[in-house]
Amino acid sequence: MSEHHGPAKGIKRWIFATNHKDIGTLYLWFSFAMFIIGGAFAMIIRAELFQPGLQMISPEFFNQMTTMHGLVMVFGAIMPSFVGLANWLIPMMIGAPDMALPRMNNLSFWLLPFAFTVLLSSLFMEGGAPNFGWTFYAPLSTTYAPPSVTFFIFGVHLMGASSIMGSINIIATVMNMRAPGMTYMKMPLFVWTWLITAFLLVAVMPVLAGAVTMMLMDIHFGTSFFNAAGGGDPVLFQHVFWFFGHPEVYIIILPAFGVVSQIIPAFSRKPLFGYDSMVYATASIAFLSFIVWAHHMYTVGMPIAGELFFMYATMLIAVPTGVKVFNWITTMFKGSITFETPMLFSIGFVFLFTIGGFTGLMLAIAPADVQYHDSYFVVAHFHYVMVAGAVFSMSAAIYYWLPKWCGRMYDETMGKVHFWIAFIGFNIAFFPQHFVGLAGMPRRIPDYALQFTDFNMMSSIGAFIYGAAQILFLFNVIRTIVAGKKVDDPQVWEGAQGLEWTIPTPAPYHTFTTPPQVK
Amino acid sequence: MYLHAKQLWRPVLLPAIIALCGASTTAVAEPGRWQMNMPRGATGVSSSIYDIHMLTFIICCVIGIGVFVFMFYSLVAFRKSKGHEPATFHDNTTTEILWTVIPFFILLAMAWPATKTMLEVYDTDEADMDILVTGYQWKWSYEYILEDGENVKFFSNLSTPQNEINNLSEKNANYLLEVDNPLVIPAGKKVRFLLTANDVIHSWWVPDLGVKKDAIPGFVNEAWTRVDREGVYRGQCAELCGKNHGFMPVVVKVTSEQEFDSWIADKQSEAAEVKELMSQQFNLEELMERGEAVYQRTCLACHGAKGEGGVGKPIAGSSVATGDIGEQLNIVVNGVPGTAMQAFGGQMNDLETAAVATYLRNAFGNNMGDMVQAVDVYNFKKGGGSSDE
Ligand code: HEM
Ligand SMILES: [Cu+2]
Ligand SMILES: [Cu+2]
Repeated sequence: MSEHHGPAKGIKRWIFATNHKDIGTLYLWFSFAMFIIGGAFAMIIRAELFQPGLQMISPEFFNQMTTMHGLVMVFGAIMPSFVGLANWLIPMMIGAPDMALPRMNNLSFWLLPFAFTVLLSSLFMEGGAPNFGWTFYAPLSTTYAPPSVTFFIFGVHLMGASSIMGSINIIATVMNMRAPGMTYMKMPLFVWTWLITAFLLVAVMPVLAGAVTMMLMDIHFGTSFFNAAGGGDPVLFQHVFWFFGHPEVYIIILPAFGVVSQIIPAFSRKPLFGYDSMVYATASIAFLSFIVWAHHMYTVGMPIAGELFFMYATMLIAVPTGVKVFNWITTMFKGSITFETPMLFSIGFVFLFTIGGFTGLMLAIAPADVQYHDSYFVVAHFHYVMVAGAVFSMSAAIYYWLPKWCGRMYDETMGKVHFWIAFIGFNIAFFPQHFVGLAGMPRRIPDYALQFTDFNMMSSIGAFIYGAAQILFLFNVIRTIVAGKKVDDPQVWEGAQGLEWTIPTPAPYHTFTTPPQVK
Repeated sequence: MYLHAKQLWRPVLLPAIIALCGASTTAVAEPGRWQMNMPRGATGVSSSIYDIHMLTFIICCVIGIGVFVFMFYSLVAFRKSKGHEPATFHDNTTTEILWTVIPFFILLAMAWPATKTMLEVYDTDEADMDILVTGYQWKWSYEYILEDGENVKFFSNLSTPQNEINNLSEKNANYLLEVDNPLVIPAGKKVRFLLTANDVIHSWWVPDLGVKKDAIPGFVNEAWTRVDREGVYRGQCAELCGKNHGFMPVVVKVTSEQEFDSWIADKQSEAAEVKELMSQQFNLEELMERGEAVYQRTCLACHGAKGEGGVGKPIAGSSVATGDIGEQLNIVVNGVPGTAMQAFGGQMNDLETAAVATYLRNAFGNNMGDMVQAVDVYNFKKGGGSSDE
């Protein structure tokens, strides 16, 4: 095996890719494409909700849009983007030459375009796309579903297989391929959070696969898992789904925690405060995430003992989450701080994610959730944690590592403008949703009562601003790759720490073919 | 400077928060424009929920302001541009233990009242009356389970005109929050709701009552309320239940006990009257008139204003509506399993079924000229034609 050959030429480089950097790039571009498509669906939703009354789309199509928006964003945009980041960074951070299982890596990426072609093609099918929400509660998603539900199930299986393979690869890489001296407690936090995330994925993706398989059986093979008329239990579906679903939200956020834990120390020029406690906090969040699922089901009529158990367990999550926030801020305290774009996005992350954490704590309070549940308050909550959390940290990550990847610097002014437009647009879009939710507006409705008009208009305007900011982002990234100012300093950022900053810039096609020695 | 900020905290920020909360507590039953907070509502439970909501909210605000002041102070005070040299510390066990343990106690302070309130929400015992609430795609039915006399049962449909939804006429103040037959309950009585659903999961939500409970096919959930203040309270279905999920509001009218009693007596005699009507024969014109009303209320959403179809098949020129009466009744009464066409036999009385069947055969250019009487429907159901007998 020659170590010095470069990438294959042309399209084959991508189809047969086994290099972790190429696969990382594929994942990142794929997820960005999904982000644009999911974003377009969101724009349609917000345009319809700009005013009361039905203006643009029918209620049927509206439901398809909310469903597809959620599915595409969660499974197509956010999750693959962090897998892409893991591919690019984990080998470089632990001093490994590549991922442990490069061919499986290829397969786990290439399943995704098929999964999403299957899913998105359902928009053009008779009866329309899935319209039962991204949580696809039975029996709306079984007995009452459009025929395209079978394609949806197939798509979910494909992306589940992709995620499982991706995470096995990450576990194998982190456990076996660390450079000499890179002990677990020396690993960068991004690697730690991904290792824990990968275990979560391996544990819960099969549960999701089980849920959709039971749906498939109910729809086509006469079983009655979720059909009360046949002795089944529609609530069982929700238990199975949320046993997957709650860990899933941490699958989304833990790698984001890892990203900001790399970036904040870099631009504070000070080591991360409380590294050990960060690791333990991440592990406890992961553990707790398995025993809180029914906080999504406070209104289904569980016994009171169940309500209380899930309430207490959920409230506990606030403790490790708080520890993380305190650690990030104390890292900034007495640092020497500069405000480049990655740092701005990370600060935005800490600020807005904390707000999302607070609303999470409020939602955890079972009696209060009787009012919040399935209202726009929940929509506001999860956009604060998923957009201002996961997506902001992803933006931070791209600005932070892009110069290392392509040897060119992005345009700082444009980056900052992107941040401010995104920050302002995001808050205009989602802060008012807390208010309408508390005032009684249910989620997933195409039309609303008149008293919700003003805040919905604001929300739509904010959403359009946030959407526009992403075009600037895309432009800035492409401009950087083709025409950015060249950088060749391995360090790139003055305060950056870690093995990835010791290799040349741009990162060569093969790195660490001989492992570095970590002190 | 840090100390300084800390001293400022009490006199300035706390009143500011209290002012903010105070401003929002003034919002009452009729939600207005720009309403930003949860209503305190009209029941003991809704009020306890409101209190626990405000408690957690204020605790979050206080912690949040502390955290954010510390963060922005650090960002401003330790800028590199000010020439600040970075410190090198990266650990402090005492601090870390403190900020793990203190939040834990704060959580306990929230968990205690939350538990009490939750027990209150779940206390469905010793109700004065029971009402069975059933969710349908896309309407609610209410059945009063009465000790003396027959149960009273009716459907509650959205009454907002389609023209308002389609922006063809001006929207009224209760747009999307109005129904043809509201649920009526007596003030001051403990009312227990038994909730279930006929098709998919729905969720019965009235913010001012502090009640939200899922209505699940095959299950019966319990919820309760006691409203002292007479008035009209509005809510909506809270669980995605298909196309018209946004169009199945809940309206609860709370009246004095006397008013309620006479209302329920009226309903009972109305039901007796309908029973009486069932045994009569109607002419085509009368059936058409009744049938049109039923069609507009129940069928139009799917089959279209001109019978042109939509979610459902077209009625105009349909081979069913112009074919065998028995087959047509079968579809109306028993539905078409696996499609949006429900079994309406259990939702409409025999006269309504007969009228709408007649209407379908004679409207939209299907001029069949024949008709169906209530007694035909009765016999059809009795003759094994109904699946739920
Ligand atoms: C302090 C941490 C958190 C707590 C205590 C918390 C609590 C909750 C609760 C109780 C709900 C259910 C609300 C309801 O439906 O009535 C909820 C919903 C949700 N949360 Fe969180 N959460 C936290 C953090 C997060 C994070 C980090 C994410 C993802 C990145 C997240 C994503 C979501 C999503 C997607 C939903 C809505 C799911 C749906 O019904 O569509 N949450 N959260
Ligand atoms: Cu959850
Ligand atoms: Cu609904």
